[in-house]
Amino acid sequence: MAVISYIDAVNSALREEMSRDSKVFVLGEDVGFKGGVFKATQGLYEQFGEARVLDTPLAESAIAGVAVGAAAYGFRPVAEIQFADFIMPAVNQIVSEAAKMRYRSNGDWNCPLVIRAPYGGGIHGALYHSQSVEAMFCNIPGLKVVAPSTPYDVKGLLISAIRDEDPVLFFEHKRCYRLIKGEVPDTEYVVPIGKADVKRQGKHITVISYGLTLHFALQAAEKLAQEDGYSAHILDLRTLYPLDKESIVEAARRTGKVLIVHEDNKEGGVGAEVSAVIAEECLFELDAPIKRLCGPDVPAIPYNGIMEKFFMLSPDKVYEAMKELAEY
Amino acid sequence: MGKSTVNKHETLGLSERQVLGMYRDMLLARKIDERMWLLNRAGKIPFVISCQGHEAAQVGAAYALDKNKDFLCPYYRDMGVVIPFGMSARDLMMNAFARAEDPNSGGRQMPGHFGSKKYRILTGSSPVTTQVPHAVGIALAGRMEGKDLVVFTSFGEGSSNQGDFHEAANFASVYKLPVIFFCENNKYAISVPYSKQVAVKSVADRAAAYGIPGISVDGGDPLEVYKAMREAVERARRGEGPTLIEARCFRFTPHSSDDDDRLYRPKGEVEEDKKKDPILLFGHYLKEAGVLDELADKEIRDWIAKEVDEAMVYAENAPSAAPEDLLKHVYAE
Repeated sequence: MAVISYIDAVNSALREEMSRDSKVFVLGEDVGFKGGVFKATQGLYEQFGEARVLDTPLAESAIAGVAVGAAAYGFRPVAEIQFADFIMPAVNQIVSEAAKMRYRSNGDWNCPLVIRAPYGGGIHGALYHSQSVEAMFCNIPGLKVVAPSTPYDVKGLLISAIRDEDPVLFFEHKRCYRLIKGEVPDTEYVVPIGKADVKRQGKHITVISYGLTLHFALQAAEKLAQEDGYSAHILDLRTLYPLDKESIVEAARRTGKVLIVHEDNKEGGVGAEVSAVIAEECLFELDAPIKRLCGPDVPAIPYNGIMEKFFMLSPDKVYEAMKELAEY
Repeated sequence: MGKSTVNKHETLGLSERQVLGMYRDMLLARKIDERMWLLNRAGKIPFVISCQGHEAAQVGAAYALDKNKDFLCPYYRDMGVVIPFGMSARDLMMNAFARAEDPNSGGRQMPGHFGSKKYRILTGSSPVTTQVPHAVGIALAGRMEGKDLVVFTSFGEGSSNQGDFHEAANFASVYKLPVIFFCENNKYAISVPYSKQVAVKSVADRAAAYGIPGISVDGGDPLEVYKAMREAVERARRGEGPTLIEARCFRFTPHSSDDDDRLYRPKGEVEEDKKKDPILLFGHYLKEAGVLDELADKEIRDWIAKEVDEAMVYAENAPSAAPEDLLKHVYAE
């Protein structure tokens, strides 16, 4: 097992899949010669050549739309949207086209496409380099939405996404890119799409999260155990759509107290659906109202550092919310 | 049949069989379309969107392609494109009646939303122009695979304003991909006339911005369209990149069965346009060229009438999919 960073896991998955299958290729802005603005595709251009690592014109709808066409033809494009904030011009291609191709053709065509997009704040990216846009894609049947939190999951899920027969939106928390490191097997493995993962076993409260805030919850859980004697059970959603309802309900039942944490704003966020699933399936097994700790309901994260810090969750904020629920 | 001095098709290398095929396909598209309107007005099918007035452009274009290796990303009026690629009267009637056997979508989509893998037609949608970047993607993948396929994508002049057209044309030109951008300009985007849609004289002028050839042709003449298309196809196969073709067409019907064009089109305009009906003109040409006579024309028309009747009866009596089948094909099963 090697310890690698979150972004190296992205790179490693792309490299291995491109080596394995000549139909896998990468396209996007600056992904070729430069290796991506975050360096997620570094070295691929040198290894696989410009025909399979395409620097595209700066036009997001074309990046998605061209990838849709190539995927329908039978290739496995992995398109990069440079920042998730810039995915909006491509939404028509993702929602009207990629997500509906199989359905509208009665199963005749399909669209095995991956769109990778770095999302999330904490990097002084201001309004348009910090957004969490996942919720708006989480009620589009035909689409799968993945948001891993660890290098192990990044690599295993990205490989699964590339091999998937349907379109997958793959959201990478950009603050995690170099902050989060973890063990990744040297041999080939996959992580299944649609399966949540228990990242910590516990018995007093359940925390359900994904992405950067999952790490905040893990850190807060240590403090809660040491200082307050409560053990937290932590579920990482990993796939945001369709949700792993079974694992969510099981995790909720485990402790009877549920805190949902995400950086995306609260109203209409993924946490709302998670909460509804729990309420539908096991409301009377709960010992406390379901709590959500999320970003505030404002349009985006300001540039000013103090304001950004106010917006962002942190291990301390998550600890406070966990403690309050544990003591309920 | 006797030779004539009028032999434009011969100079293009088209055989008598091919031009008669063009004529038959144009007429078949027209007659299926006309029948759909009758069925709509009789309350039997909820919706029609027409090819009437575009048939020459569509059939002329399709005949320049190779249906065994090229791909189509067409738009909703393209009955005259999909017929030469294999879509039968029965297929199209199944589509009109939204039956389970409809090869386009099994009854899920409105008529005119063509798509069928066996005919090399990519499934299409209703938000206009989304198919245009798809064509570029197929061309890209085809080239990566070492195939010499060409991708044809069509759209109206209103759609030539969409970002997807411009983004796709630029992308295809930068990467020199084998795509034909085919604009069927019938001068109306539903009710809005060309003058309020496009500020340049011809949609073909837009090609200059992408460094590709832009050609405007008489969409009422299938041979003119064929000629322009063939050059574009050859250019594409040589690896020289895409071409934009504007075919100037007529729209003989309202936008769709839910539209009333008397509210916005000048009185008498459609009647005037119909004097230049491409099917009539091509019939005259074939007769003057000695390829078609009254008897052969009647044989073709009788065959088409029978095809359309049989297709309609079959489709009307064909089963719909089970309602719960709507739950299928969301993801791979």
